[in-house]
Amino acid sequence: MAVMTYREALNVALREEMTRDPRVFVIGEEVGLYEGAYKVTQGLLKDFGPKRVVDTPIAESGFTGVGIGAAMTGLRPVVEMMTFNFALLALDQIVNSAAKLLYMSGGQFNVPIVIRGPGGPAHQLAAQHSQSMEVYFYHVPGLKVVRPSTPADAKGLLKAAIRDDNPVIFIESETLYNVKGEVPDDADFVIPLGQAIVRREGTDVTVIAYMGMMYRAMEAAEELAKEGISVEIVDPRTLRPMDTDTIIGSVRKTHRAVVVEAGAGFAGMGSEIAAFVTEHAFDDLDAPVERVTGASAPMPYAKNLEKAKTPTKDKIMDAVRRVCYTNGG
Amino acid sequence: MAQKTATHAARAGLGIDAELARRLLRDMVLIRRFEEKAAEAYALGKIGGFLHLSIGEEAVAAGVTSVLRPDDYAISTYREHGHCLVKGSDPRRIMAELFGRIDGLSKGKGGSMHLFDKSTNFLGGHAIVGAHLPLAAGVGFKIKYEGGDQVIVCYFGDGAVPQGEFHEALNLSALWKLPVIWVCENNRYAMGTSLERALAQPEIWKFGPTYGIPSEAVDGMDVLAMREATLRAVTRARTEKTPALLEARTYRFRGHSMRDPAGAVYRTKEEVEREKQRDPILLFRDRATKAGLLSPEEIKHIEKDVNDLVDEAVAFADASPEPPLPELFTDIFKEA
Repeated sequence: MAVMTYREALNVALREEMTRDPRVFVIGEEVGLYEGAYKVTQGLLKDFGPKRVVDTPIAESGFTGVGIGAAMTGLRPVVEMMTFNFALLALDQIVNSAAKLLYMSGGQFNVPIVIRGPGGPAHQLAAQHSQSMEVYFYHVPGLKVVRPSTPADAKGLLKAAIRDDNPVIFIESETLYNVKGEVPDDADFVIPLGQAIVRREGTDVTVIAYMGMMYRAMEAAEELAKEGISVEIVDPRTLRPMDTDTIIGSVRKTHRAVVVEAGAGFAGMGSEIAAFVTEHAFDDLDAPVERVTGASAPMPYAKNLEKAKTPTKDKIMDAVRRVCYTNGG
Repeated sequence: MAQKTATHAARAGLGIDAELARRLLRDMVLIRRFEEKAAEAYALGKIGGFLHLSIGEEAVAAGVTSVLRPDDYAISTYREHGHCLVKGSDPRRIMAELFGRIDGLSKGKGGSMHLFDKSTNFLGGHAIVGAHLPLAAGVGFKIKYEGGDQVIVCYFGDGAVPQGEFHEALNLSALWKLPVIWVCENNRYAMGTSLERALAQPEIWKFGPTYGIPSEAVDGMDVLAMREATLRAVTRARTEKTPALLEARTYRFRGHSMRDPAGAVYRTKEEVEREKQRDPILLFRDRATKAGLLSPEEIKHIEKDVNDLVDEAVAFADASPEPPLPELFTDIFKEA
């Protein structure tokens, strides 16, 4: 085990997989000479050379398509989106090509590609650079979608994503790059895609949360413990395929569920999980599933409005109290 | 010895030998007959969805492919039956795909617009205009990454040229010196929108030099011109790893798709009839006959062989079962 930042964990994962498999290469804007807009690819150009660390012009659809073409003929590209907001320019490539080539070709051409970069709310980056992007991808059959919350998960899940034979959307967060944590050194430390993790054990209510929201839920759980409410926190880690067994298992134990997501709630991850829990564990529920979501508005720039747009610890605590039919007093 | 002399004489005429002449004619006739049969099957309701025919444009696929090696790649649009056929796919399996049957190339899950054949390095069958051009650049990237000397041919229509991805992909292919042969099948209409109504610069080959790509406009109704231009481009791509842009000036004799009636208003009947005078099959047949490369008997023989092959393809497709229902959920993810 070594203590490192989330950013360093991603860097180590890339290095290990590039060392392990010569077919793996990194491609994107500013990934080489500039060493990454968020320094995730720091040092890779020096160590692996320009053949395997490929700087591109600003052409998201173009270089994502290059990755897909290379992947369908045998390479294993890791495409960096400087931020996932820019991935919308490549959405057709991702949805219509990467996700569907295996199906349309009747199983002949798989696309082992990872598309990674930061997404989700960041600090005062405003409407076009600060939004939850996973919703655009997890709807699509043929894509796997990962949101890793901790440095260890960042490493283990990125390695799994690179080794996966299918397209994987891997969305990090600007707000987590400096988070430190223990990370296994083992070069074969891989966390299988599709496995949730219980971050905190509890008995009264299950809170399902990932990324920054997971940390806020942990803070909320600490405070709620003082009120006598025992919160269990489940971090899905992979949004698709989703580990519904772990979520349902937890709800069957606690009989209550709150889903937290940073994105606007309409038809969001909270809707999906709430529907699934209701369909599969209705008889186990002692209260309706609650959702705590971002406000349904574009991300504003002003600090106070930005805070109002995003789920807070207090909003999570209120939702937990509601499903426990208590006002905290 | 006599045959050798004949071959030599023929070379002096058209620059090709009798064997190649047979292949070029056979490939063009195969595309034509295959698509005529497909149109019949469509009218009978055996093929559904969209069906886009390349009748009139056969010289492009046949001329280009005659230069390629089996390990070269090709990628195309939704008007790709011909490209797929001459790259070497089994016509029976293509027809079965059009019929939506389990023995189709994609088990019936792709259809007319999504033909793929890994065994011939045919990479699809893509139906978002312009979107497969970056993929072609990616295949070029892969070839260069592995140090191979293959090329990839990317067919697209004039309708893809106004798309951003055309420009992104051409730029990347030139910037990184990728062995991509960009073949624009300029049939002058993007569905119903003429070139002049879509492009400020309607001479498509002129976009090549903008990106530093050797380019030429080619008579797309002349299979030998297509072959020669492709040969120049492929030779350069293999040795220098540079892309090329060929603007094949061609014409589709049929509508944009089977849903485009013959009486469509975007072009005149007179224009269509005039273009039919440049039928690439008739032009080449006459030239090859006059040059003494093909006899009338040989031509009859080729046509009979092709007719038999296409009839067999239809019978095969008809006999093939629909994909079993579990196929709905296979091939979404590749299992480890």
